[in-house]
Amino acid sequence: MNKQTINSRPASPKPWYDPRVRSIFFQVVVISLVFWGGWTLVSNTLSNMESRGISTGFGFLDETAGFGIIMSMVPYDSTMSYGRTFWVGLTNTLLVSAMGIVAATLLGFILGVARLSSNWLVAKMALVYVEVIRNIPLLLQIFFWYFAVLSSLPSPRQSVDVGGAFFLNNRGLYLPEPLTQDGFGLVWGAIIAAIVGVLVLKKWAKKRQLATGQIFPVFKVSVAALVLLPVLAYFLAGSPLEWDLPALKGFNFGGGITIIPELAALWIALSLYTASFIAEIVRSGIVSVSKGQTEASKALGLPNGLTLRLVVIPQAMRVIIPPLTSQYLNLAKNSSLATAIGYPDLVAVFMGTTLNQTGQAVEVVAITMAVYLTISLSISLLMNIYNKAVAIKER
Amino acid sequence: MKKTKSIALGIALAAGAFTATNALAATTLENVKDKGHLQCGVTSGLPGFSQPDQEGNWTGIDVDTCRAVAAAIFSDPKAVEFTPLTAKERFTALQSGEIDMLSRNTTWTLTRDASLGLNFAGVNYYDGQGFLINKGIGVDDASQLDGATICIQSGTTTELNLSDYFRAKGMEFKPIVFDTSEQTVQGFSAGRCDVLTSDRSQLAALRSKLSDPSSAKILPNTISKEPLGPVVRQGDDQWFNIVKWVLALQINAEELGVTSANVEEMLKSDNPNIQRLLGEDGDMGAKLGLPHDFGYEVIKHVGNYGEMYERNVGPDTPLGLDRGINALWTDGGVLYAPPVR
Repeated sequence: MNKQTINSRPASPKPWYDPRVRSIFFQVVVISLVFWGGWTLVSNTLSNMESRGISTGFGFLDETAGFGIIMSMVPYDSTMSYGRTFWVGLTNTLLVSAMGIVAATLLGFILGVARLSSNWLVAKMALVYVEVIRNIPLLLQIFFWYFAVLSSLPSPRQSVDVGGAFFLNNRGLYLPEPLTQDGFGLVWGAIIAAIVGVLVLKKWAKKRQLATGQIFPVFKVSVAALVLLPVLAYFLAGSPLEWDLPALKGFNFGGGITIIPELAALWIALSLYTASFIAEIVRSGIVSVSKGQTEASKALGLPNGLTLRLVVIPQAMRVIIPPLTSQYLNLAKNSSLATAIGYPDLVAVFMGTTLNQTGQAVEVVAITMAVYLTISLSISLLMNIYNKAVAIKER
Repeated sequence: MKKTKSIALGIALAAGAFTATNALAATTLENVKDKGHLQCGVTSGLPGFSQPDQEGNWTGIDVDTCRAVAAAIFSDPKAVEFTPLTAKERFTALQSGEIDMLSRNTTWTLTRDASLGLNFAGVNYYDGQGFLINKGIGVDDASQLDGATICIQSGTTTELNLSDYFRAKGMEFKPIVFDTSEQTVQGFSAGRCDVLTSDRSQLAALRSKLSDPSSAKILPNTISKEPLGPVVRQGDDQWFNIVKWVLALQINAEELGVTSANVEEMLKSDNPNIQRLLGEDGDMGAKLGLPHDFGYEVIKHVGNYGEMYERNVGPDTPLGLDRGINALWTDGGVLYAPPVR
C-alpha cells in the first residue's frame, strides 16, 4: 500500500532541484555571510586600532571630563566623568525632542484643519505657510531663528523686565525657580489623587451613559478637580513653595531658571518645520474620510462638534498615525542639528567634545548610534501601540 | 552547475572585499609617491595658519609646513592637496588614513600623543590661550570674568583649559560651544557671549573679523601653553622622521642664515653645516628615504622657518605677531632644533 502511494507520485527531485532545500540553503548562506561580514568588520577594526596604538574600550567613561556645559538637566560640573556628559547630552536631546513633538503636533493639527477651512484667507495662509516652511532647509531655519532671536534681544543690562521676576535678554529668558519646602509632598499627593479620581470618574460616567443614556460633564469636573485639589492642598500645607528670583550679578543674570536662546531657536525651528509636514498629513487624513460618513452622522442628528470628534477624527487618525510617526522620528533625529548653534545636545556634547577629548571615535559613535536607534524605536513602538488602539477593529 | 559556480564566485568576491580592508601595508612615503601628491589636513579657514586666498590658493604657516614636506619629496611645493577639517574631525581623518599628515594648529598634549595612535612631529608655533572681551563689560583682567558667558570652539584643548582656569580661581562661567571659529565670532558679535576664548595668535585675526573691531579688546592674560605642530600616524617611523626633520631643517636653516633668496650662493658655502643642510655633503636624504638635496628644495621653494613666520603671521601681516617666544634660541626664543648631521 505504502509503496504504491510513493510510486504513484512523480520521482522525488534531486536535493538541489528541491525548492525547499534550495530556499533553506540560500537562507543559511545569506545569514552566515551577514554574520561573517559583521564579525570581520569588528575584528578587523579592533586589530587595526591595536596595531596603530589607538586605545580602545569603554574605560574612558569613568575619566574626568574637565569641560563645562552650559545647560544640564542632571547635575553636572567639569569635575564629573565623561559618562556623565553622555547623560547631560542625552537629556538635552530628549528635552528638545519632546518639546518639539508637542509643539509641532499642536501647530500641525491646527494648520492641517485650517487648510481645509471654508474661509478663503485662512486656507490660503495655511497653504503659504506649509509651502514656504517645508521647502527651506532646516539648517537655514535654525540659523535664521538663532540669529534673529539673538540680534533682536537687548543685552543683559537692558533686559526686558516683567515685574522684577521675569527677564528677557540675549542670554536667554530668566524665570523664577520654585523651590519646594517641607510639606510639598501633600501637593504631589493631591495631584496624584486628582488624576486617579478623574480616571475613575471617566469610567463611571461611561458606564452610566451606556446604562441610562445620561451624559455626565466629565471634562468640566475633571479640570476643576485637577486644579482645585492641588491648590487646596497647597494652602493646607501652608504654602510650602519659595521662589528663587533671577537677579543681575556682575554682568550676567544668576539664579532662577534660564531658557537659553539656543534651546529656544532650535525648538522654534524644529516645531515650525515639522508642523508643516504634519499639517499635510492631517489634511490628507481628514480628506480620506468619505463625505458619506459626515452626512450619515448629520442625518443621525449629531451636531458639528460631535461629528468631528466621534466620526471624522477617529477614522482620520488611522490614516494620520503611520506617517505622523515618521515625522516624530525625523524631529528627534533632526534635533542633532543643534550642534550648529551650540545647543549642548548628545551630538554636540558627547559625539563632539567628549569624542575629541578622548579620541575614542569608534566607541562614542557606536554609543550615539545606539541611542538614536533606541529613541527612534521607542517612539515607533509607542506610536504602533497607539495605532493598534485606533486601527479598524474587525468584528 | 553553472549556477553553483557563479555563487561560489560571488562568495569568493565577498570574501575578498573583506580581507582586503587591512590596507596600508605600504609605507606612507610609498603611498604619497604613488599618489603623486601629499594629502594634508588643515583648518577650514584660520588667518595666518591655513586659509585659502582670493585665488583659492591655500596660505598660512601650517600650509607652508605641508608644502615644505611636499617640496622635500617631490621638489614641488604645489604637490599638496588640502583637506579642510574642523577640530572635531581632524584626528579621525588622520587615524583613518584619509590624510597623510595633519598640520592644523593642533596642541601637543600627553593624552593626544599617547592614546590617539598619533605622533607629534615637532612644534611650528608656540601659542597660549587668551581672551577677547567686549569692552562694554568693563573688565581688564581675566580674574574679573566670574559669571561670564564665553564663546568657544568645540573639540579643542581650549575647552579644557578654560574649565581648569575658572575652577582654579573658584569662578563660574557659561560656555557656548560652536563647531567652527567663524561661528564663535558670529556668536560673539551677536552679543551671545561677553568673552571669546582661543589661542592668542588667533584672537587678533578674529577681532579683525568683527563689524566693529574697536568694540573688543584682548586681555593681557595667557592661561595655557599651546605648542602647535604637525601630526602623523604612529607606526611609520620613516614618515614621522621626514615630517620631523623637514621642520627641524627649516629652523636650522634660519639659524645658519640660509634663505630662499641666498640658497643658490649657499650651495657653494664652505660651512660644513650648510653643506649637510643642502645635501652637498653627507647623505642625509637617503637616511630619510628622500632625494639627497631635499634640504635645498625645501629652502628654495618654501624658505626657512623665519621666512615662513614673517610671510604668514609676522609683524607685516594682518596678524602682526612679534616673534616673541617663537624666536630662535640664539635670539632669546625657544626654537632650538636638533642638528642636521
